[in-house]
Amino acid sequence: MMALQILAATRKGLFTLEADGPSWRIARVDFLGDNCSMVLVDKRSGATYAALEHGHFGVKLHRREAGQTAFEEIAAPAFPPKPEGLIDTDGFGKPIPWTTLKIWALETGGVNEPGLLWCGTIPGALFRSRNHGASWELVRPLWDEPKRQKWFGGGADLPGIHSILVDPRDDKVVRLGISCGGVWVTRDGGESFANEGNGMWADHMPPEAMYDPNIQDVHCLAQCRDHPTQLWVQHHNAIFRSIDDGQTWTECKDVKPSVFGFAVVAHPRQAGVAWFVPAIKDEQRIPVDGRLVVTRTRDGGASFETLSNGLPERPAYDLVYRHGLAISDGGDDLAFASTCGGLWISSDQGDHWAEAPMRLPPVHAIRLVS
Amino acid sequence: MPRVVFAAALQRHVPAPPVTVDGACVRDVLEAALVLTPRLRGYILDDQSHLRKHMSVYVDGVAIRDRTELSEAVAHSSEIYVLQALSGG
Repeated sequence: MMALQILAATRKGLFTLEADGPSWRIARVDFLGDNCSMVLVDKRSGATYAALEHGHFGVKLHRREAGQTAFEEIAAPAFPPKPEGLIDTDGFGKPIPWTTLKIWALETGGVNEPGLLWCGTIPGALFRSRNHGASWELVRPLWDEPKRQKWFGGGADLPGIHSILVDPRDDKVVRLGISCGGVWVTRDGGESFANEGNGMWADHMPPEAMYDPNIQDVHCLAQCRDHPTQLWVQHHNAIFRSIDDGQTWTECKDVKPSVFGFAVVAHPRQAGVAWFVPAIKDEQRIPVDGRLVVTRTRDGGASFETLSNGLPERPAYDLVYRHGLAISDGGDDLAFASTCGGLWISSDQGDHWAEAPMRLPPVHAIRLVS
Repeated sequence: MPRVVFAAALQRHVPAPPVTVDGACVRDVLEAALVLTPRLRGYILDDQSHLRKHMSVYVDGVAIRDRTELSEAVAHSSEIYVLQALSGG
């Protein structure tokens, strides 16, 4: 196992796990008892960021500098004053509050942009910090885009941005996955945005709206680092793949045991290799037949393997959220963690899994640190 | 002058002892209190400076109803409690 640490953002705190021989142990807990919705380790600076979502006191963001043990609260993304009289509604006509309700995505900018962070929120907005999170700005070109008002929530009450991918070829190219607003991309560092994604379809929409790229319920968006024209979408009703920078998407057929799920990761080096954690479907967000499995494709989605070696043989009703599956930079180490607090690790691309000897709180997101 | 007491549950996030500040309405008093402890603002008010969805404010034992403007009058001798609502926990 090359990863030295696994960070788990959970409903009850941020857990840091370290390898303990062949197993893993909890080395540290931060914010115990508090809802930690997201964690990010900035490889450029070594800083760690943790987003908290207090039931009463709102969304907060904390940063721990490299080599330090304590987190310090920093600015959280916040909306500017809403202009008086402005009517801002989602695709169903429901009011959009101009207040941050959830930090749903947190990513670093490119290697040439030290200090730059991107943050996606519910309601669906993109924020940018140029100073390691000391302050945040709402990315207005996307927020002011009229098409935004067609987005709506998928599962959540309101639309949100959950996936942010900085293109490995160009820091100015950033792709967003939005539930439910499809895939959006900026090619100029956030000055302008376009909705792309022809080929995706939504089975829960009327025929006239089914293929609208702007309403697709993208659950998670992933990109192959070394073959970045290749992208994956775990969608509400399908798995889609693109081999042309996300311009067009093709549905993967005959995916067993199901096409529904939240998470997807792409192998960073090998084109056409990706992993998913399936569930029955939207109305039944539990593993098919109570068997927790991972699916893997090695041929660009033409076929899928069901991986279960080391996963529970007993009935298991674990669901894995979209940020609950992670892959190492090298591509051999994988880990995923569930709503039931289970955590499984593989060091051979998913051929074998080992369960971490603990039950965590419900897990929102994990990160592997090498 | 009105006295403002902050919820015990807030204290582990932002230490906030009771303060005595001037003001004729809840908004005035709260803004004056937040000047003393600026980091409290985001814990009590949302991005639009409205009372957070799951917070409550009591003036002399009565919960305020105007959660947007915070316009309820405050007397010189009033006690204002800023509390977490039991909802949203």
